Amino acid sequence: MGELRLMKGNEAIAEGFIRAGVDAYYGYPITPQSEVMEYLMAEKPEERTGMVVLQAESELAAINMVYGAACTGKKIVTSSSSPGISLMQESFSYIAGSEVPAVVLNVVRGGPGLGDIQPAQSDYFQSTKGGGHGDYRQIVLAPSSVQEMYDFVNLAFDLAFKYRIMVLILSDGAIGQMMEKVMLDEQKPRLTNQEIKDRFDSWALTGRTPGREHNIITSLDLDQENLERHNFHLQKKYKEIEENEVILEEVSLEDAEYVFMAYGTSARICHKALQIARKEGIKVGLLRPITLWPFPEKKVKELASKVKGFLSVEMSAGQMIEDIRLAVEGKTKVAHFGRYGGVIHSPEEVVAALKSKIIGG
Amino acid sequence: MAKVRGAIVVDVERCKGCELCIGSCPTDVLRMAVDVNGKGYHYAYMENPEACTGCVNCATVCPDTVITVYRIKVVD
Amino acid sequence: MAEIKLEDIIKPENLVFQKTKLFTDKPLSYCPGCGHGVVHRLILEAIEELGIESETIGVAPVGCSVLAYEFMNIDIAQAPHGRAPALATGIKRVYPEKFVFTYQGDGDLAAIGTAETIHACNRGENISIFFINNGIYGMTGGQMAPTTLPGMASSTSPYGRDVASMGHPLKMTELVANLPGTRFVARHAVHTPALVRKAKKAILKAFENQKENKGLSFIEIVSNCNSGWKMTPVKSNQWLTENMLEYYKLGTLKDE
Repeated sequence: MGELRLMKGNEAIAEGFIRAGVDAYYGYPITPQSEVMEYLMAEKPEERTGMVVLQAESELAAINMVYGAACTGKKIVTSSSSPGISLMQESFSYIAGSEVPAVVLNVVRGGPGLGDIQPAQSDYFQSTKGGGHGDYRQIVLAPSSVQEMYDFVNLAFDLAFKYRIMVLILSDGAIGQMMEKVMLDEQKPRLTNQEIKDRFDSWALTGRTPGREHNIITSLDLDQENLERHNFHLQKKYKEIEENEVILEEVSLEDAEYVFMAYGTSARICHKALQIARKEGIKVGLLRPITLWPFPEKKVKELASKVKGFLSVEMSAGQMIEDIRLAVEGKTKVAHFGRYGGVIHSPEEVVAALKSKIIGG
Repeated sequence: MAKVRGAIVVDVERCKGCELCIGSCPTDVLRMAVDVNGKGYHYAYMENPEACTGCVNCATVCPDTVITVYRIKVVD
Repeated sequence: MAEIKLEDIIKPENLVFQKTKLFTDKPLSYCPGCGHGVVHRLILEAIEELGIESETIGVAPVGCSVLAYEFMNIDIAQAPHGRAPALATGIKRVYPEKFVFTYQGDGDLAAIGTAETIHACNRGENISIFFINNGIYGMTGGQMAPTTLPGMASSTSPYGRDVASMGHPLKMTELVANLPGTRFVARHAVHTPALVRKAKKAILKAFENQKENKGLSFIEIVSNCNSGWKMTPVKSNQWLTENMLEYYKLGTLKDE
């Protein structure tokens, strides 16, 4: 049976961690996401489910605690905001290379550098292209409501374990801080150690079971031929994810002549902008990618041959627009409308940008 | 009077010829072979096997654990 | 007295020492005479003697011993440079009943991983940290480490470590002994049979402490790096005795 509550996005996702049967959260405070750990500490999840919550000495330590614990086949999560996520990039690369399932939340704030603590979407490149070294990918989920902050926890862990990959939940300071009603589902039990051994003994560090070879979690292979084979394997997995795991939301695209493309908070703004434009008789729709990687390339391609233009509405200087352009392949007009450094567009600005950059541009 | 006699077996192909075992032997049993193993290392062997007491010192300091030690009690 | 032939001695019933079966079949990748091999063996022997091989999870570092996981037949992870204590913390917190240890060199533990080391020690994580200090970066070719002695030459301090500009050798073991979170802190060496036996006891104790939930055990092993120091293995051990042990004094610093 569900339970309806009024919660902040950061609190909802923290509650989601507990109810999803997560085994441990390791984190480090940073605005605008500190409520995640504060909520968890206050909730005493070790009493509710046996979940571990530990405040680390840095984001570096936090992500490496995640890495270590995730090597054991348990459900492990951390959260941070942009500067902290930058610090974690080395370990994201290790997690990708050694194929460990893990979930990370980034409540994005304005940058570059220390930037500010206002909501932004300027970590799109880092999230979808890989901020660490090497050829790797991570699944990126972009919630645009408090409900999705909560719901995407289970989705993220399902994908993380299905593909043994890191899943990044890419939120922003607005969705983390805003309060909305959220429907909570029932508590999922944490897996027992025996259940983990039964499911993941082929790879996880559970202590060498008598009769099996020792399990090793490493991203190192000094033989270049072997490492190339490993990279082929990773690329094959990424291809499979690109083909099977795209999630998107379509709004009024059936008769659309123009498309807003936006995710997270900017998609919320575009909902309103769409209503304003439609009232003026402009046939505009909204394509909201929920997975930023894998990017909804096929959908964009399909629309590109039908519509008169895409407006990429981002709280950044223009990052997702590059993926749109790649998918559109010059078939239609593509423009970017961004606010930077923690500023959120007004719906009226978005409509004006559609008129100036696409319709009249 | 009881005394002990020991003997070692060196895994010749895994010996790296570091010579640390030689200095650890209290009864001066070990030397390095003139021959080399497949990796080109001179390897340890018992030059004075009758002096070996099986004290395990050589195996204790061997970084590659290439030495196996045996010991018996000898009654006069 | 009848002459005793070697064949009479070399029989299974007379076996007094053999390689622990917790070594894999892979030959160690270390240079001839390197102390890493001895410390690997002592750790594996301790695990075997305690019968905890199916309950142990190790964490290997970045450095010469990055491939420790190839040689130790236990479940083991390889950590980003310096972060082994964080991985070990993560593992131990979700598997408190397992035996968790890190194996780290001085570059890994005392330079890039100083923060993770100190905080794992300060939290009193119920893990064992084995710290191999040879005063140099071995794997990358003999560069200066935080533990390099004053005046000691390395490839990045070719005229000797000048403490005025390059800082002083860091005594991590003394440092963590001061933290309330550590229970057992000791410095050992493995270049003589007697010292190896002492080190073995300390390593055993470090694992036993986990069993008794006593908190963090930190064992430094002062070791050689004959390639980095550009000496023969025998000479390097002499040099170690005459120089390293003067600065890094052996003994138990804390045992509560």
